[in-house]
This record gives sequence, structure tokens and C-alpha cells, in this order.
Amino acid sequence: MATARIDPKRRADLISHKKKQFAEAPAKWKQQEYKWRLSFYDLPPTEEVSLEEFELWALGRLKVLAELESCTFRNRTPEETASYMAPIMEKHLPLHSNSSRSSELDEERKRDHYSHFILRLAFAGTKDLRQRFSRLETMLFKLRWKDDDAVERKEFLDSLDMQLEKAGESELNECGVSLEQAKAATGWRKGDAEAWFTLDWERVPDLVESRRCLLRRGKAYVLLKEQMSFVVAEFTKRLDAALEITSRALPRLDEDDRLSPILSHLSKSFTAPDASFDAEAGINGLQAPTAGTVDALSSHFPLCMQNMHRTLRQDAKLKHQGRLEYTLFLKGIGLDLSNAVEFWRRSFRTITDEKFTKEYLYNVKHAYGEVGGDANRRGRGYTPFSCQKLLTEPLPGPGQTHGCPYRTHTDVENLVALLGATGMRDPETIKSVREDVGKQRYHIACNRVFEFAHKSELERVKRKGGWGPAELDTILHPNSYFKRSFLLKHLGEGNAGFVEPRGEDVKMEGSLDE
Amino acid sequence: MPHSENSQDEDLVLPDAPSLQNEPSQSQTISQSTIVEDNKENVKLEDMFDDDNEDEYSSSAPPAQIKGEDSSQPMPQSLGRFSDSDVMRAFYQRLFPFRYLFQWLNHSPNPEDTNDFRHREFAFTLQNDVYLRYQSFKTADTLRKQCMDMIPTRFEIGPVYSTNPRERKSLPKSAAFRPLTKELVFDIDMTDYDEIRTCCTGASICHRCWTFITMAIKVVDAALKDDFGFKHIMWVYSGRRGAHAWVCDKRARELDDQKRRAIAGYLELVKGGDKSSKKVNIRRPLHPHLDRSLRILKEFFPTSILADQDPWENPKKAAHLLTLLPDAQLNSALQKKWDSAPSRSSTSKWNDIDTLAESGINPNLDTKKLMQAKQDVILEYTYPRLDAEVSKKLNHLLKSPFCVHPGTGRICVPIDVRRVEEFDPLDVPTVTELLADINSWKKDDSEKKVQDWEKTRLKPYVDFFKGFVSSLLKGEKTSIKRERDGMEY
Repeated sequence: MATARIDPKRRADLISHKKKQFAEAPAKWKQQEYKWRLSFYDLPPTEEVSLEEFELWALGRLKVLAELESCTFRNRTPEETASYMAPIMEKHLPLHSNSSRSSELDEERKRDHYSHFILRLAFAGTKDLRQRFSRLETMLFKLRWKDDDAVERKEFLDSLDMQLEKAGESELNECGVSLEQAKAATGWRKGDAEAWFTLDWERVPDLVESRRCLLRRGKAYVLLKEQMSFVVAEFTKRLDAALEITSRALPRLDEDDRLSPILSHLSKSFTAPDASFDAEAGINGLQAPTAGTVDALSSHFPLCMQNMHRTLRQDAKLKHQGRLEYTLFLKGIGLDLSNAVEFWRRSFRTITDEKFTKEYLYNVKHAYGEVGGDANRRGRGYTPFSCQKLLTEPLPGPGQTHGCPYRTHTDVENLVALLGATGMRDPETIKSVREDVGKQRYHIACNRVFEFAHKSELERVKRKGGWGPAELDTILHPNSYFKRSFLLKHLGEGNAGFVEPRGEDVKMEGSLDE
Repeated sequence: MPHSENSQDEDLVLPDAPSLQNEPSQSQTISQSTIVEDNKENVKLEDMFDDDNEDEYSSSAPPAQIKGEDSSQPMPQSLGRFSDSDVMRAFYQRLFPFRYLFQWLNHSPNPEDTNDFRHREFAFTLQNDVYLRYQSFKTADTLRKQCMDMIPTRFEIGPVYSTNPRERKSLPKSAAFRPLTKELVFDIDMTDYDEIRTCCTGASICHRCWTFITMAIKVVDAALKDDFGFKHIMWVYSGRRGAHAWVCDKRARELDDQKRRAIAGYLELVKGGDKSSKKVNIRRPLHPHLDRSLRILKEFFPTSILADQDPWENPKKAAHLLTLLPDAQLNSALQKKWDSAPSRSSTSKWNDIDTLAESGINPNLDTKKLMQAKQDVILEYTYPRLDAEVSKKLNHLLKSPFCVHPGTGRICVPIDVRRVEEFDPLDVPTVTELLADINSWKKDDSEKKVQDWEKTRLKPYVDFFKGFVSSLLKGEKTSIKRERDGMEY
């Protein structure tokens, strides 16, 4: 496609690398037919496109991917995501099934095909971008898979040659359970297809992880209805491999002066909508926190950090993951290294100095980038975790306290008790929190609590103006929770009054939302 | 410690007797030849240390000479601290089975055959707690030399990298240095059981709480073998209050992080950090893995948990039991009964549940739900609690087998899973006991050279390890084509 048409002078060069890249399929160098709506994007496009189309198509796809990502940040359920995404996809990247008999089918599919490959080029550059691109493309594929026409989906699946073996009843019985139990144990529902497939378990890691298949001597027995899982796994695998290859071929593109600006613009507009927090910026009116003032400030902490703080005060210990998350949060509110060390030393009051120095000091220093490898020092340690990060961490095991309590408190009564302990007892809010948590909208619950706790202050700033929409948008980072809480409770004190719209906030929230 | 020459796994792919016999002799011959070379270089070093450099190698040197040296060997006097330099040096010099460790990690007796040992990361913890990462060694002997020079309190084993870890900084691109393979590992530690064990706290253990580890080993081992089809699984005592598993099958070594995470997730059950809630939430009917695990664990529950741990003996803990049961009416009846007899044992309280349920306290009692809740209770109190993070990462390091635990002085010996119930952590020899064993060993009449570890209580464990390694190597051979020096035999 574009790579080959960019510049006739360089064409030979490009073709040769292209040949290498797609050596398996040299004969397919021709216009492709788009038989199905879904695609594994195995073959690159080869037709000419205008520069304008090149950019326009890519931007459309980018918009869809960005919206998808924001759905994950907002913890939308798959159903909510599907309904939220439907109009967006229809607008920016429509793709209809054969049965729709749309006259645009070929054009739509071509656009889907080309935009995918353009973004591949744009995002193959760094490992981070590759991973994110692959994750989001996988989500997009999944979304489309789910709402695809069942017949066409089956035809598409057959075309993939996935080498699935049909499993017989006798094999299943070897798993030590009856067929009935096997079906029920792996989530079979009435009306689902009865057929089973068998394949190496490595091909369906997510089914293994959630015990949605049977295992016997290294083979997985999978219900037909779970086929999405291995098709998706295969999609990701092939895309990851292709991205690797693209990244190695990228340097050869650099010289082109028409494409590279577009590509770099595309990749830049995709950078880090993950909520980040700039600890350097400081907060107006907040004296630099010290080991001694953390207790007092903790009333402004979001529930996750309060939870860890309380555990720490109660047990005089906190396990590794919790320590890491809490240390980084404190670093984010401006606690410097020496104060952080003092804070932790005092908090672990039951252990000796020697044990502290030996087992805990290093981790605190590491989080601040004081020790560790070059990259860690240069980056001045880790950045504070966002809600997204906290929500995707493994759940705490016995004895551990970390992560988002709205998610980790599997028993909602305990969550309510914890909220009560922090002073949140409003029955209306608690009721809504229960609903939110039931729907796994954890951060909505957290924002709800915030809004109640700062009700009058929020009304005040809304009435007086001064806080732009960015400052009033959903909180997606524990440190923004703290910052906003602190500022709201100190309205009118010196320069802490109204917050200037700050660059960091705009970046933090603005890129997520329109 | 039980042991057998032909591995811990009977249904091995290659049961051919001749090669079984050949294997050890092959490897011996190879290491003999390397030793001959090393001897030449090391004469001076040996003199300097006035010590036997060959203890665990079947040396080409005249046996008489070695024996003489052995018996005249003065043992370090200060046996007080386990990590005492002299004790540790003597341990590495005379007892640590470097040769089998090498074969185990190299998957071949010949250093040239694979990069699995050469490119493997070792991390040393030195006496002053300095932690040295990215150490690597060409042979068993170079590892042994460095252990004797640095006298680490322990060392850990990491992954095989794409290049030699020591040369990682001189590479053109950092991307060229990445972990390729490592055994799939598991770590079970008693700390994760603290909230349910009543007999001991912190670092101490007794026979009663060791049963938690025994149960965990049985459940995890069964899943790894029956479900995932792994054959070469070695369990190792961690030296104090836990156990490690090393899954050494090629298929396991090549797993990426995502697949390791999948296995960890498959095995993980007890979740939730908040202190009082129900930690086992599973759908019914039970997945075959959980079904099998429950069958294993049920056997232990009445004695090891109810009797030995007596987990609901006090009213506060009994209240936790009630939160795990589904029926409010039944719960209040139980509460009433236990209030009147506060010191009732856990066994009685457990039986009370069924007695009261059957007495018709609540005519609408959902017996099925109650039965499931009781199963969940059993699982919460017995199911393995893995330190899952250790298993999820390809590049996670884990303490090597046969290291000395610096706190207890006990050796991290392999555990024979077929007789895991007989394993007694308190009976595992300490490094000082082993060194004393060498001294009190009496030579018998046979002319056979006896290596130092054979004179001690370490022997059955090393023999077991040897058997494990030779079976692993045999399994490996089916995938690797015949070595060039196969011609010599």
C-alpha cells in the first residue's frame, strides 16, 4: 500500500523490504477481495491511496481506538462498551456484514484494512505503543466478533484454518467428570452448542486462567461457544508478531518526508491518555508534606489510600504491593524521599532499625529512583498509579491490602463498613455505591463519594465559576482526588482559592474526553 | 528421604533400561575429563586452601590420596552461626551438589550442548547482604569457585537469557538481552496462612502447621501433572516454613508471562484482602480441578484443621465461621448454642451445623446451599495459598535447591512428593550437623571412594536429586537430537 507508493525513487528499496516482510505471500500482490467483515489483516494493502485519505482514514480509526480505551478506563462492562461504541464506530469506521447488502461494503472494508495498516506503521515505533495498539485492536476485533452475523462468523472461522480438533465424549470422560458436569462447570448454558474442541492449553490461556475449560494432560477441552477466546488469542498473536516485524522495518521509512510527519502526528495524538499525575507541579497552598503531617492530610485521601493508611496504622505493617502503591501516592502529593523514609520507619514501629534497613528501605528508595538501574534513576522512580492501574492489579491475597477497595472488598458490607469508618454514612450515597459496585463501576462509586463529601464546596466553585470542566470531570487518579479534595477544602485560603486551569490537569483529563 | 535411581515419575516416555544405566556413566566420563583439565590449573589453589577440591566429583586423581585428605581434614571449629564464613565455605566445598545442579540446569551433562547453564542468571546474596545480580557461569566448577570465593549466604536462580548475562552491557542494543526460558516455579509460604493457623505465628513452624504445606503440595502437584501434563516437577523445602516447586519440563520452561499467569490463575482460589469476608467464591458445579482438590483436602480437614488448628475455638473466630454460612435462622441457632458453651471445640461446632440443620430449625433451609457453603469453608481453610507473583513472571528469581537457609541453617532439600506426608521439616539436617557428620563418618573396608556428601544425612536428598535430574535429561533427549559425542559410547 502506501509504503510502496510513497516515492517512486525509493520504491525498489521499499519493495525489497516488503518482500522480505511478507515473503510467505508474495503472489498476493494484487487488489484484495474482502469476503468477510472480520479480518486478521494478514496481507498488507497494495493499492494506491491519496495522502488525504491516508490521514483521514487513520484518524477515523484512531478515534475509535481512543474511545475504546476510555471505556476501559471507565470500567464499562462489555455490554455498556458495545452500546457506547456502536454510534462511534458507525460514524468513524463503519463496517457492515454481507447480509446488510450495503453498496459500501467494499469501500468500508478497504478503509478498515488500510487504516489498520497505517496505524500499524504509526504505532510500531516503541514497545509501549505496540502493546497499546495491539490491546486496543484486539478489543475492536472482539467487539466486532460479538456482533457479527453468526453464519458469516462461522465462514470466517473456517477460512482461518485454526486446526481445531473435535473432542469425543470418551476423551472428556477422562477428565474425571461426567459430560453433564463438564458442561456446567465450564459455563455451558441451555441453547449453547454441544460440541467440544481440543487443543493445546497454551492457545487459550485466558480460558485456563478463569477455569472456563477442562484440562487433561496438557490438552484443553473447550466448548464451541468459547471459540472467541482462541480466535482472539490468535488475532493478538499474529498482530504482535507483525508489529515486531514492522518495527524492524520502520527505520527505512524515516527518510520519507510526506508520510513521516503524518505518522508521527498520529502516534503523538495517541500518547498516554492513561491518567498521569505530575508530582512536580505541587499544589497551591499545600505546605510540603512531611512524615508528621501525613496523618492530618489523610482525610483528603481517596478510599484506596485511606484504606492502606488505616491498615498501616492499625497493624504497623503493609505488604509489598500496598507499600509500593502508597509510597508512590505519597510521592505524588509531594512527600520527599527523606520524609518518606522517616514516615515508613515510624510506621513500621514494631520492627528493628536493622530489619527496616535490610528489607524495606531499598524499596522506598527504589520508588523514588534513588537506587536501581539507569532507567529507574533517570526516570526518578515510578510514577504514582492511576485508578486504571489500581483496578487492573491482581486482587490482594490473604493478609494483603492494596488496590481499589471498591473492587477488592468482595463483600459489599465490608466496603460499607470501611466507608463508615472514614465518615461516609449518607444512606443515599451508600445505596448508589452499592449499585455501582454491583455493576463493577468502581470509580463511579469513588467519584460519587467524593462528590458527596465535597458537595457544598463543589456547588460554590460551580456557582462562582473558575473551575473549568476539566477540573470537574470524573477523577481517574488517586492523586487528583487528593489534589481536588485539598483545594476544595481550602477554598479562599490565600492563593488556594480557585485553581488555574493547569496544563497537567488538561492533559490528565482532557485527552480522555471530548 | 526416599530415593530411587529412576526418577520420580514412573510413566516416563523412555523406559528403556540400557540408557538408564548408561546415563550416569556418560556424564561421569565427561566431567572426569573436564576435571583433569581443571586439576592442572588448580594445583596451586588447592595447595593454598590445603583442601580437597574434588569432593563431589568422581575424580581422576588416585582415590587413596583423596581419602587421606578427607580424613585428615580439620573441620571449622566455630559452628555457631550458620552463615559463618568457614562453615559456609566448607559447605560449598564439600557438600553442595554443584555437579547435579549443573546437569539439572543445563539439561545435558556436557557444557557445550546447550546455553541453558551458561546464559543462566544467578544472583548471590553475600554475607553483608549485598545482592549481586546477573552472575553467570560456564561450568559447575566456575560456579563452585565463585561460591567458595564469595561465600554467599544463598544464591538464586533466574532465567536463561538470550546472551550471557555478564555481557549484557556490552551488547549493541539492550533489546538483544532478554529472558528466554525458565522453569515454572511456585512458592508456598506459611505467612499467607497466618490468619488461619493458630499453632504458631511468624517464622516458627511445627508439625501441625506444616500440614498446610503438605496439603498445598498435593493439590498443586496433582493439577500440574494431571491437568497440565507436566512430568518433571521438583518440590523443595525452602529452609524454614515453606516449599518451592520447580516445573522443569521443556514445555513449562518456554512459557511466556501470559501463560504463566494463566496457570497461576487456574490454581488460585483464596482471594480478597479484607479481613472478614468470604474468600472463596466459586461457581457450581465445581470445576474438575476444584472437585479433585476438594477430595484431597477433605481427608485432611477433620484432623489437621478441626482438631489440630481448632480454628473457631474462641467466640470471635466462631463469629467468622457464621459469616461464611448462608442461613440466618440457622446461624442464630448456632450462635445461641455456642454462647451457652463458649469453649466448645471446633470439631463440635462444625458438627453442630449439620445437627441443627437436620433438627429442622428452619423448615425452608436450602440444604444444597449449606452444603456448598461448607465446601467453601473447607477450601478456605485448606486450599493452597500461593505467592502467585512468583509464578507469573518468566524473569523471577528463586532460591536454589540445596542452599542453606540463613536463619535456620537447614538445607533446602528436595521433597519426594510421593511420600510428602512423611516429610518432616524439623528433621532436615542443618549445615553444621552435616559437617559434623563428615567428621564422625567411619571408613568401611570397601575400596570405593566415598564423597563427602555420601557420609552425611544429605545423601538421600542428593540421591533423590540425582534421580530427578537423570530422568529429566532422559526426557530432554527425545527433543534434542543425538549429541556428537554420542559416538564415543
